[in-house]
Amino acid sequence: MLLLDYFPIFIMASLAMAFAGGTVLASFWVGPRQDKSEKLDTYECGMPPIGTPHERFNVKFFLVAMVFVIFDIEIVFLFLWAVIFRRLGWFGLAEMGIFLMILVFALLYVWEKGVLEWASKAK
Amino acid sequence: MAYLKDLLLGFSLFQALPISVIYILTAAICAVVAIAAIAVVALVAVWFERKISAHMQCRLGPMYVGWHGVLQTAADGVKLFVKEDIIPATADKLLFILAPGIVFVGAMLSWVVIPLGPKMAATDLNIAVLYLLATSSVVAIGIIMAGWASHNKWSLYGSMRGAAQFLSYEIPTALFIIPPVLLAGSLRLGTIVDEQAGGFLGMGNWYVWNPFCLISFICYYVSTLAETNRIPFDLPESESELVSGFHVEYSGIRFSFFFMAEYADMFIVSALGVLLFLGGWHGPFGINHAFIYIAKVCALLFVTIWLRWTLPRLRIDQLMATCWKFLIPLGLINILGASFWMILTGKV
Amino acid sequence: MDALLHSLVFYILAFIVLGSAAYTAFSANLVRAAFSLLFTFFGLAGLYIYLGADFVGISQVIIYVGGILVLLLFGVMFTTNVSGQGTEKQTLQMKWGILFLVVLFLLLIPIAFITPWSVMPDAGSKALESSVSPIGVGLLTKYLLPFEIASLLLLIALIGAVVIARGEPKVRAEAAKEDTSAL
Repeated sequence: MLLLDYFPIFIMASLAMAFAGGTVLASFWVGPRQDKSEKLDTYECGMPPIGTPHERFNVKFFLVAMVFVIFDIEIVFLFLWAVIFRRLGWFGLAEMGIFLMILVFALLYVWEKGVLEWASKAK
Repeated sequence: MAYLKDLLLGFSLFQALPISVIYILTAAICAVVAIAAIAVVALVAVWFERKISAHMQCRLGPMYVGWHGVLQTAADGVKLFVKEDIIPATADKLLFILAPGIVFVGAMLSWVVIPLGPKMAATDLNIAVLYLLATSSVVAIGIIMAGWASHNKWSLYGSMRGAAQFLSYEIPTALFIIPPVLLAGSLRLGTIVDEQAGGFLGMGNWYVWNPFCLISFICYYVSTLAETNRIPFDLPESESELVSGFHVEYSGIRFSFFFMAEYADMFIVSALGVLLFLGGWHGPFGINHAFIYIAKVCALLFVTIWLRWTLPRLRIDQLMATCWKFLIPLGLINILGASFWMILTGKV
Repeated sequence: MDALLHSLVFYILAFIVLGSAAYTAFSANLVRAAFSLLFTFFGLAGLYIYLGADFVGISQVIIYVGGILVLLLFGVMFTTNVSGQGTEKQTLQMKWGILFLVVLFLLLIPIAFITPWSVMPDAGSKALESSVSPIGVGLLTKYLLPFEIASLLLLIALIGAVVIARGEPKVRAEAAKEDTSAL
């Protein structure tokens, strides 16, 4: 692992940004420009837009993101374990068994609480 | 990268240069090649998809530009390039301009560790599998940004759905990647592929023959369909309900960046599937070549397109239930099963 | 040449981190401020990798960009227009904030000088081992108890989050009546 192994990432990021920016600029320069205000409206089935789209959202989206963060962290741990599992054997399996049990409990909890029910039912 | 570096070092002119300059030079060449490759992949894949779709519906598809319309997508690209650049008056201009760039750069960053053949990755990181998970999460941010910046109801609903779907399916994707990592004991793609060499007819050691990895492969494939917003999981873009989701307001060249990123992501997840489960560039009878690898990736891409004309779109509650109530529990059990199997067969 | 390269990488990354963090802190638009964190997290990941901590850097991106940032964005987006307030930002508790900042700064300066920083080696020198296996072995043998407790902590965090977000049963019943936003 050398710093230079990570250099392609750095260079790729800058080149991709340059490519994206350059193409958009070139397109802006090549393309026609007409200032028609109707054209600059947002699309809403052909009618003038009503109100603002930045309304309140269903909290379910937020809940899913929250559950995701927890699982994401656990997955990072799982990858750590997977790489060295060959060295650990039964011991590693037992450890991960406990770890996964807690994870499954978390999943069952959110399941039971209805976080995973997307269609809202009248209660 | 290693391949190109050795090639460059073959010339006496380059031997005189410091090694870091060689590294940077090869990295720059790799980056340029990768960006060119992505454009070509997108062009060919779109044509491929349109032709296959057409023939599956007893149509001919594009026929006029070039032989069997092979230049059609190039013509479309030129058309998109010379279109007027429209930013809605109510949009958040800065974020509106940034969003396609972020999605595109995210896709390109994943591309860095994907090899195009033996020793032909821009960089063979020893943490490549985790790196791919990291870069793929950038797409979710880009989608949310596009939806919010457009100031359009369709866009915002599409992007919220897209983000929720993307996050949800990232978990099963990661869970089903773990069994091959377990078997190989490494996160380096090159090592994982090398572990699959040899065996019966030169294909016997592919991880897909392992029962737990077979489950993994199928479920990984399903999860990545959802991650790349492909039918039957294309809810963020569902034309019939959300017009076209998070990129309703995008047109011209900005739209084409979303498009390119989508096809790049399709190619990347198919390539990762081939590398992790289908033996990468190891073909039958011990032949290993980049072409075998590319052929396998194309076969997976064909299945993706095939599914598009086979399955109807899921509802969002079905989509979420599939992920959280089926794939994730299965993924956890699968990991335990794979580790048991490893101990019982004495691989530990 | 290599020394120049090293400092170039470091200063570019530091510039990205500080620039985007400053934008987050001073931008009046909350949503843009949140999006600016994307660059901060990426720059930080780059710095971790620069210091030879590849695993920490990559997990930083996975967890912070993939999870926490989306959560933050959802939080910001969902609460706009709730109290008639837009995405404008207010500054509260200026005095205490500055005091806290000064104390934190004074604490960090000695740490920066005491820590023996190690950086990624150059092309000519010996390659560094990936930090994945050492961290894994450490977590699963020596630091096993903290590791398992961490997973328990995550479970508690999840339960707490669900309880808070779902609200009291009474409030929930009222909300269910008005809930027409089935997306």
